Amino acid sequence: MEARLQVVGAGGTAGRPAPVLEIKNASVRFNDFLVLDDISFSMSPGEFVCVIGPSGSGKTTLLRLLAGLIAPSGGSVTYKGQVQSEPARDIAIVFQDYGNALLPWRTAAGNVSLALEAARVPKAERSDRIAALLSKVGLGSHGERFPGQMSGGMQQRLQIARCLAQEPSVLLMDEPFGALDAMTRQKLQDELLRIVADSGVTGFFVTHDLEEAIYLGDRIIALEPNPGRIGAVFDVPLPRQRDQLTTREVPAFLKLRRQLFDFIGRFE
Amino acid sequence: MRAFLKGAVIPLALVAAWQLSANLWGITSDTLAAPADIVVAFVAALGAPEFWRAMGQTLLAAAAGLFIGAAAGLITGVAFGLLPPLSRIMRLTVEVLRPLPAIAIVPIAILVFGFGYMLEIAIVAFATFFPVMILSEAAVGQVHPRLIEVARVLRLGTIPRLGKIVLPAILPRSFVALRLAAGLALVVAITVEVAANPLGLGSRLMQAAGSLRPADMFATLLWIALLGWGVNSVLVLIERSLFPDLKELTR
Repeated sequence: MEARLQVVGAGGTAGRPAPVLEIKNASVRFNDFLVLDDISFSMSPGEFVCVIGPSGSGKTTLLRLLAGLIAPSGGSVTYKGQVQSEPARDIAIVFQDYGNALLPWRTAAGNVSLALEAARVPKAERSDRIAALLSKVGLGSHGERFPGQMSGGMQQRLQIARCLAQEPSVLLMDEPFGALDAMTRQKLQDELLRIVADSGVTGFFVTHDLEEAIYLGDRIIALEPNPGRIGAVFDVPLPRQRDQLTTREVPAFLKLRRQLFDFIGRFE
Repeated sequence: MRAFLKGAVIPLALVAAWQLSANLWGITSDTLAAPADIVVAFVAALGAPEFWRAMGQTLLAAAAGLFIGAAAGLITGVAFGLLPPLSRIMRLTVEVLRPLPAIAIVPIAILVFGFGYMLEIAIVAFATFFPVMILSEAAVGQVHPRLIEVARVLRLGTIPRLGKIVLPAILPRSFVALRLAAGLALVVAITVEVAANPLGLGSRLMQAAGSLRPADMFATLLWIALLGWGVNSVLVLIERSLFPDLKELTR
């Protein structure tokens, strides 16, 4: 198997746009336990990178590292040319456990409003922007509902709307559709692709669903466990326009699917 | 309702036996009164201005003490919850002061405040401070870490983080703490009145006992019980309407 590790030098290679997020030789250690070891890659603006790996390979830790929620024990994370030490306001995270990430005492509109309040958007502008964001994720008529009154799919849409309210340059997603049923998941995958295409946001998507990784990604980073490190990087040779039925039947899709299963199979 | 009726059988039978023995043998006691006499005194109290004044005094002292104690307890508990090092530094102090029975500080409080409202308010505040503080600190500890991460990712400052995330998240649990503290406030207020303070229902109870009016004494006791039950019921109702999801926390 070919492992194309993309170790990017300062400033990026010629012809490529400057990376928006760059991680260099980063490691994460909890007490004496090495969770991530020598991780290096970079993400260009507008790129959609998926991360797969067996459990224990540090997928979520890598996402938290990129978010600035944890600091690297070694190496560095650079966001827009600045060393990342605290979460940046225009990096948004979609957590898997939407039930815990939403404020149950606020309505859908109120939850979106939280991000606008945090960004000090004047009160007069908020309601229009909230309405636009909610309708963008298909919750236009549910603004007054509380999260507890919504299905899992709707709650995850709401969390995405709150993330979009941050007007993010980078959208980090931690198995966002992992707890949803198959139909809802496919629908949200397509909506996510549409939103990403519309906004030009750079996507980083952690998943344990290999087909989801191919369906959404431009590039797939495969992690190995113990300690978590990059085992392989796969380019997804599919046109950006994806379709739930036809894309999944393309030979290139099936070939990549086979490669990913072989990769994961080594650890299980 | 059936269970309630079944549970009422034994107390009602005892009261009936008490009344029957009073009628058969005639009690002329300085300490016991027949239930019928107690009921008369219980109803008569409603027409007595001094009864209402006593009730008002007890409620005012308990409420003022509860307000001060609960507010201080909430602020301290939240501060301890958010700043674990502060909590660790203060732990010994808290653990030494907390087990002090509130009634044991009455003599000191009399020296400081003399008799009157201040005495009672101070002791009620002391007694209610600790449970509210401890429950608030625990409530902050139980705010889901994901919510704190959301606050970090959104880069909320300290004050908005407190106002928009932490306080709303602990509100239901804080209300439970407030309700428990309200019951405690009444108990402590009455205790202080019985022990020392010439105010309120507790003092009325002592006067009735001291002037050998057992019917009045028992009637006052009944009113105190009713007051405690009423305050708790009202707070339970408010709690259920504000936080319908809280059932698992409620006794």
